[in-house]
Amino acid sequence: MSGLAAMGRRWLRLPTLVRHLVVALVGLGVLLAISEALSEYRNTQLAEIAYTVCAVAGLTLLTGLSGQISLGNGAFMFVGAYTVALLLKHHPFGGITGYQSNWWLVPVLILAVLVAAAVGGLVGVAAARLRGPYLAGITLALAIGLPSLPKYQHLQSQLGGHAGIPISAPAPPGSIDYFRWQAWICLIAMVITLFLLANLASSRVGRAFKAVRDDEISASLAGLPVARIQILAFVVSAAAAGLAGGLFGLISLDAGPDSFPLSLSLGLLAAAVFGGLGSLPGAVYGAILITLLPQWATDLSHQVSLSSKIVNNLPLLVYGAALMLAMLAVPFGLQGLLRRGWHQVRDWRRRDGLAPG
Amino acid sequence: MTKAPLRLLASGAVVALAVSACGSSSSGGGGGSGGSSAPGVTATTVTIGSHQPLTGVAAPGYSEIAPASNAYFKWVNAHGGINGRKIVYKYLDDGYDPSKTVTDVHQLVEQDKVFAIFNGLGTPTHEQVVPFLNAQKVPDLFVASGCLCWNKPSTAPETFGWQTDYTREGKLLGQYIEQHFKGQKVAIFAQNDDFGTDGTNGVKDEVPASDIATVQTYQPLPTPNVATQVAKLQSSGAKIVVAFTVPGYTAALQLTAAALKFQPQYVISNVGSDPITVSNFETAASKGKVSNGALLQGVVTDGYLSSPADKSNSWIKLFQQIRKKYIPKLPFDGNVEYGMAAAYTFAQALKAAGANPTRQSIVAAVEKGGFSGPGLVPFAFSSSDHSGFTGAQIGIIHGLTIHLVGTPLITDDTANGAITPYPTAQPQAPASGIPSD
Repeated sequence: MSGLAAMGRRWLRLPTLVRHLVVALVGLGVLLAISEALSEYRNTQLAEIAYTVCAVAGLTLLTGLSGQISLGNGAFMFVGAYTVALLLKHHPFGGITGYQSNWWLVPVLILAVLVAAAVGGLVGVAAARLRGPYLAGITLALAIGLPSLPKYQHLQSQLGGHAGIPISAPAPPGSIDYFRWQAWICLIAMVITLFLLANLASSRVGRAFKAVRDDEISASLAGLPVARIQILAFVVSAAAAGLAGGLFGLISLDAGPDSFPLSLSLGLLAAAVFGGLGSLPGAVYGAILITLLPQWATDLSHQVSLSSKIVNNLPLLVYGAALMLAMLAVPFGLQGLLRRGWHQVRDWRRRDGLAPG
Repeated sequence: MTKAPLRLLASGAVVALAVSACGSSSSGGGGGSGGSSAPGVTATTVTIGSHQPLTGVAAPGYSEIAPASNAYFKWVNAHGGINGRKIVYKYLDDGYDPSKTVTDVHQLVEQDKVFAIFNGLGTPTHEQVVPFLNAQKVPDLFVASGCLCWNKPSTAPETFGWQTDYTREGKLLGQYIEQHFKGQKVAIFAQNDDFGTDGTNGVKDEVPASDIATVQTYQPLPTPNVATQVAKLQSSGAKIVVAFTVPGYTAALQLTAAALKFQPQYVISNVGSDPITVSNFETAASKGKVSNGALLQGVVTDGYLSSPADKSNSWIKLFQQIRKKYIPKLPFDGNVEYGMAAAYTFAQALKAAGANPTRQSIVAAVEKGGFSGPGLVPFAFSSSDHSGFTGAQIGIIHGLTIHLVGTPLITDDTANGAITPYPTAQPQAPASGIPSD
């Protein structure tokens, strides 16, 4: 017991960066091993969860840490997906026919991140001037307006109109299964995203986010450039959403205007809130929930023998009810619940004199 | 923040548990193969899948299509199946939401290992899955939409349309307007996607630009509100309104116009004109003030199948019999007829794919074409043409039925392509209801 505690203390004395790196590598190893054991469809779901985690993690940082709300992160996913689609359509990356090497993925996804971050910066400039419902309003408009751009008459030929732009699939190297390879791409991107965001959150920037969130006036009195910090938070969350969008494009093989509905943006926020705002592990729980819950609800509904009109509408009801129950039962999110549970256990142990020191 | 990394690891473990918990249930679902190596085909079954709007804005009316197709397949199965195999039809609800369509189709292809996707419904929805289905080389047969976009054999060799495409429909309706309402101002009301655009283009091929007063569009939403557009249709001075709408929006268009005392001659494309479906909508939305299709009388539309009210027609008799046996609760309307007719074409294709069908052989069979069935006009299918029915017959709504007038017409989807009559009589339905050719 004391050996374990000593190990724990030594672990905590390691630099944060090293600890994050170790966890990221171990986590990636575990996830890839899991992927190996899963069927094709479960791998697609794993990929879906992984890119959703990227988007939710960015959003949870924006809302939980810097205190700004965004109902429009689906629009940044749209930007990411279309960046990938347009690059592959027009650019030398797309010229690598057969896609024997997968290295083109790296620059393409980085560009998707950069373009989305740039758009996020523009929105951030406006957002830093707005508060509460006004900020929610402008991001809502973004979520509805931006993905409709390809439908605009004069942009239809460039952006593929309603059908969108097809994206070529990354060919798996060697004998790796196609769907497993897609999951791996998304998992690697997810781990890198979480690693970077975890470092950011525990760095000076993360503390500045929190300072601005808690009290803008005292933050600016302490010498923090409040507006710039708020914009930076938008850029970070847009970048993460851009990556998520790029990955979505690679999985669905199409960047289409109708793939990024308002419900997607709201779903991302629901996931962040359900997992626990500001918490990266919470982003993971939330992403799992919004990806798998609709399907569980559908499977569940089809097990009852009622009129088809009721059964068809039941999944939405179950999904909505589950989200509402979750909010009533755990208003601080799952991560909040776990943290409280852990503190409770620690307090009991302290009281009983079990805790070391 | 110190324990953040450990928490991340813990959450990673949760991903693992969540996914693997459902992973265990799926492993047995693949289905063994007997006699054929194609996915979804066993010695005794062929499993196919679809995405359908069982809920949402497009559900009223369209949600009957998949149960009707399934009823036809049950009939086939009860009569020994196709080449000894029963057809298992698994259709998932996408609520007419394109992002849900993607999830559904991934599930059908990867988890349920379907042989083919059959009759996936909707233009904006199905467009999102065409690249995936073609990359995976999954036959994508008889899409339930008349978008021209299914006819791209070079980039989408697996995808085939079924119903008359909207441009052909627009041309036929446009020609009727030119013949019967020449010189009158025409306004177009269309869904703001490829459905509306293709149809509008067809009308413009026939009606001179100087006669087109305005083109108004709508974005399909769960609660239709078309007051702005209808006011513009009215103020344009149009006497004819051509609609490329889903049934809910046909009803919204007519009710809003009636409220504004705007009474144009309606010309409505086939997908939005089923009288029973639209009438039910109008009765419900007007709380009973408009009933029995009062606003639909005299509406011009078109059809590529026999009228459901034509009780002497051999196909209608067959489909009525199947409806009575398997889906007695559904009304016998255009949607039910559509579902069964499309299912009949699939049965023909499966039969033509041979005793041991493969994904390649069924695509080759459809490209070979030559299916004659419930349609009034032939299919266009060939290796260079993946569009479906080549034309339609004009119909006028009386009561709650469409009365077909004149002879069936065929044409192509080009601006200058001629419209020619197709006088060949519709073939009789086989006595057993199972395709023999």
